[in-house]
Amino acid sequence: MMDALGLAVQLVLSGDPDLLEIVLLSLRVSLTATVVACLIGLPLGALVAVGRFTGRNAVLIVMNALMGLPPVVVGLLVYLHLSRSGPLGFLGLLYTPTAMIIAQTILIAPIVAALSRQVIEDLHAEYAEQFRSLCLTKLQTVQALLWDARYSLLTVGLAGFGRAVAEVGAVIIVGGNIDHLTRVMTTAIALETSKGDLGLALALGIILLVIALGVNAAVQSVRMTAVRQAYV
Amino acid sequence: MQFKTIGAATLATLLAGAAWAQDQSIIVQSTTSTANSGLYDHLLPIFQEETGIQVNVVAVGTGQAIKNAENCDGDVLLVHAKPSEEAFVEAGYGTSRTDLMYNDFVIVGPEADPAGVSGMTDVQGALARIADQGALFASRGDDSGTHKKEVSLWTDAGVDPAAGSGDWYRETGSGMGATLNAGIGMGAYVMTDRATWISFDNKQDYTIAVEGDEDMFNQYGVIPVSPEHCPSVNAEAAQTFADWLVSGAGQEAIAAYTVADQQLFFPNAPAQ
Repeated sequence: MMDALGLAVQLVLSGDPDLLEIVLLSLRVSLTATVVACLIGLPLGALVAVGRFTGRNAVLIVMNALMGLPPVVVGLLVYLHLSRSGPLGFLGLLYTPTAMIIAQTILIAPIVAALSRQVIEDLHAEYAEQFRSLCLTKLQTVQALLWDARYSLLTVGLAGFGRAVAEVGAVIIVGGNIDHLTRVMTTAIALETSKGDLGLALALGIILLVIALGVNAAVQSVRMTAVRQAYV
Repeated sequence: MQFKTIGAATLATLLAGAAWAQDQSIIVQSTTSTANSGLYDHLLPIFQEETGIQVNVVAVGTGQAIKNAENCDGDVLLVHAKPSEEAFVEAGYGTSRTDLMYNDFVIVGPEADPAGVSGMTDVQGALARIADQGALFASRGDDSGTHKKEVSLWTDAGVDPAAGSGDWYRETGSGMGATLNAGIGMGAYVMTDRATWISFDNKQDYTIAVEGDEDMFNQYGVIPVSPEHCPSVNAEAAQTFADWLVSGAGQEAIAAYTVADQQLFFPNAPAQ
């Protein structure tokens, strides 16, 4: 364990270009997937939160259940669609970072939708009467709630990012773990483990943890700065 | 407004990803042993230097590699299960199959050698003894080239290991490296190709117990995917790569690759 920690520090300090490439691709894929998942999931979650329609309970159950989507199943479904022999094969997207972004977006959009639904529904319960007295439309209500809940929703986004950056099952199928093209942190860790180089695998794992920590710290500091300014 | 900007930026990123160099790159659907042992890291820079063609390797088990190539998700197939490869060409998925190189399979086991097979050269006898003693044996169980070979050796030995599945016969359903890690973790015998074993870093007290039987021969073959079956393949570059591998230059490069002073693959392509 200490050896792995030492190796991790050594790898980072050496500024190994291969490692940097892998780290940057991990961030690019998972952050893009998080942004797309938020663009889909936040409005969807908010609409379900304020909406009253038949079958709403069923939608809630499905949305919550989809949070548990197994990455390998998502990877397989995306593979079957993007494969040259699949319906979207003509796009030539299999074994590209784009395919990995699509898979991770499908994986985490339900998480963002389900969690934001809960956050916004709770907030809506507080403000429902006020909104009614202002005669706001559904769309205005959703906009107001999304804006008001923005700091809580940042945490929702982080939950999605955490899931995306940590998963290996989906990206290894649709990305193929191709060196210098689709190799990310988790697939590199899986590869080193299968080579029996457990020390290097663990060192990469430590670096991945530190990156996740860094992203969370960055978001937290944005949030704290914003909150402080709000009360000045 | 803000959302629109983010949306546009995201779309741009997605499209940029789609526009990666198409022409001078090919995808090789490969068995894991050639990738995990570092052979490609040695070969591909030489090939790219000579031809300018970028080779992207997807390393999966032979069974999955063949399936992926059948789905047109690769330009070249490089695996080690001759009957399946011939069937692949027969069915029109590949243009032609050429012998490329060989090495051999070995059975590795713990120092304690619970089944007493260490030093045996008769693989069927060794397998029969392992089954007889009920000693743990970790199998790939994933329809890979190594797994297919192992299954055929059990049949030759007159043992049906499926009867001991979950008991002494442990099917991991994963790659060679993962199966070695699991097998070593539980003290089981494992059959592996020699290249993966030599370059494997987590050997602990494991050594080669059974080797040298000619039935443990491990032949690799190379097949360009047929452009008639898959119009999307980069047929020209794929053929260039396959031709180079079996050419004098390619064969020499394969022979020159060593790990710990041991040659991992022995070129045996028919003379061009």
